[in-house]
Amino acid sequence: MAERLYRAAAADALRIVPLDDFTVIFHRPSGLTHLVTAPAPEILALLSEDVLTRNALLACLGAQFDLGDASAEALDARLGELVATGLVETA
Amino acid sequence: MRHIFQVRIGPAGFRVGSDWRAPIAELERLYAGYPAPENGVPDFTVRLFAARPWRRWLRPAVTLGGDFVLPDAAPLPLSQGLLAAEMAMNLQMALGQRRYLLLHASAVEREGRAVLMTGLSGAGKSTLAALLGARGWRLMGDEFALIDPATGMVHAFPRLVSLKNAAIGVVGDAVPQARFGPLLAGTPKGDIRHLVPDPQAVARMDEPAQPALLLFPRFGFAIAQRDLGPSEIFVRLTQASTNYVALGERGFDAMTRVVRDVPARAIDYPNAEAAIQQVEALWNAL
Repeated sequence: MAERLYRAAAADALRIVPLDDFTVIFHRPSGLTHLVTAPAPEILALLSEDVLTRNALLACLGAQFDLGDASAEALDARLGELVATGLVETA
Repeated sequence: MRHIFQVRIGPAGFRVGSDWRAPIAELERLYAGYPAPENGVPDFTVRLFAARPWRRWLRPAVTLGGDFVLPDAAPLPLSQGLLAAEMAMNLQMALGQRRYLLLHASAVEREGRAVLMTGLSGAGKSTLAALLGARGWRLMGDEFALIDPATGMVHAFPRLVSLKNAAIGVVGDAVPQARFGPLLAGTPKGDIRHLVPDPQAVARMDEPAQPALLLFPRFGFAIAQRDLGPSEIFVRLTQASTNYVALGERGFDAMTRVVRDVPARAIDYPNAEAAIQQVEALWNAL
């Protein structure tokens, strides 16, 4: 079975304002405001440039950041949250 | 309705209708220096009515009505009709205002710049605004600060200042020459007495100000100050806003602008004098 692909919601659907450790995101389609922290902004930034599989996303994050003991399962959980809020879509 | 009162407070025009004369007479007396709604057309309507016809006379109980209502709001005795009117007017603003981002905050102004003070009930918002208003600041409001999403400016809403419990004596001693409403004892919020904003606050209520300092006061603690991070400010201000969600992206823009541009500080204080000194010192350090 083909791996699932992820992409960020369309750029014009999101207003992203970094505050400090937290970033506040307004999601235009739902009118909801989300207060997120790492790695959500980093995931959104990568998925706004490319449509990626979970493994490719994990590799990109690993190349840019020291992920410590981050696992594919943990990334699945974060992606699941972002998909549920509409900030990330499955392609 | 039998008795009608109309008033404009800042940008909001109200029409208050009542089954009884007494609350309207109080409103007329206390809001004597205020204008009527623009072009005679109110933005919000409030009704004070008897839930049953005999309740106009027999243990009269004031039920609140209007464009926006809380379904489980308990009626108040007629002796607290003024409080009923004020609560209902606040409710219309809290739930119905769409032009401005509403912050549950008091505001005072000096030289075109405003201090906003927000916090839970009992934090001292109204008391501090009233006391600063007696010390050369212009009172802009004790309940709602209205942020214009287009400009970021704060607009005044100088309704009657609602003083509760110990604040009644504190403000009464500080500004004995001020005009007050009747003492409303034993209300659901304790003892309440309304302070009439001074004539300057009313005459200049259409002048907006630049938000310059955001304070989170807390009464009943030793003097202390604390910086707040932008995300904490954002969360606390969205909690303090009654219409952030309703305003959608305009609310988001207005809120992030306040968080980004306005210096903020949490201040603890044991008494009003200590709070005033802290406010003045922070203002002078801007």
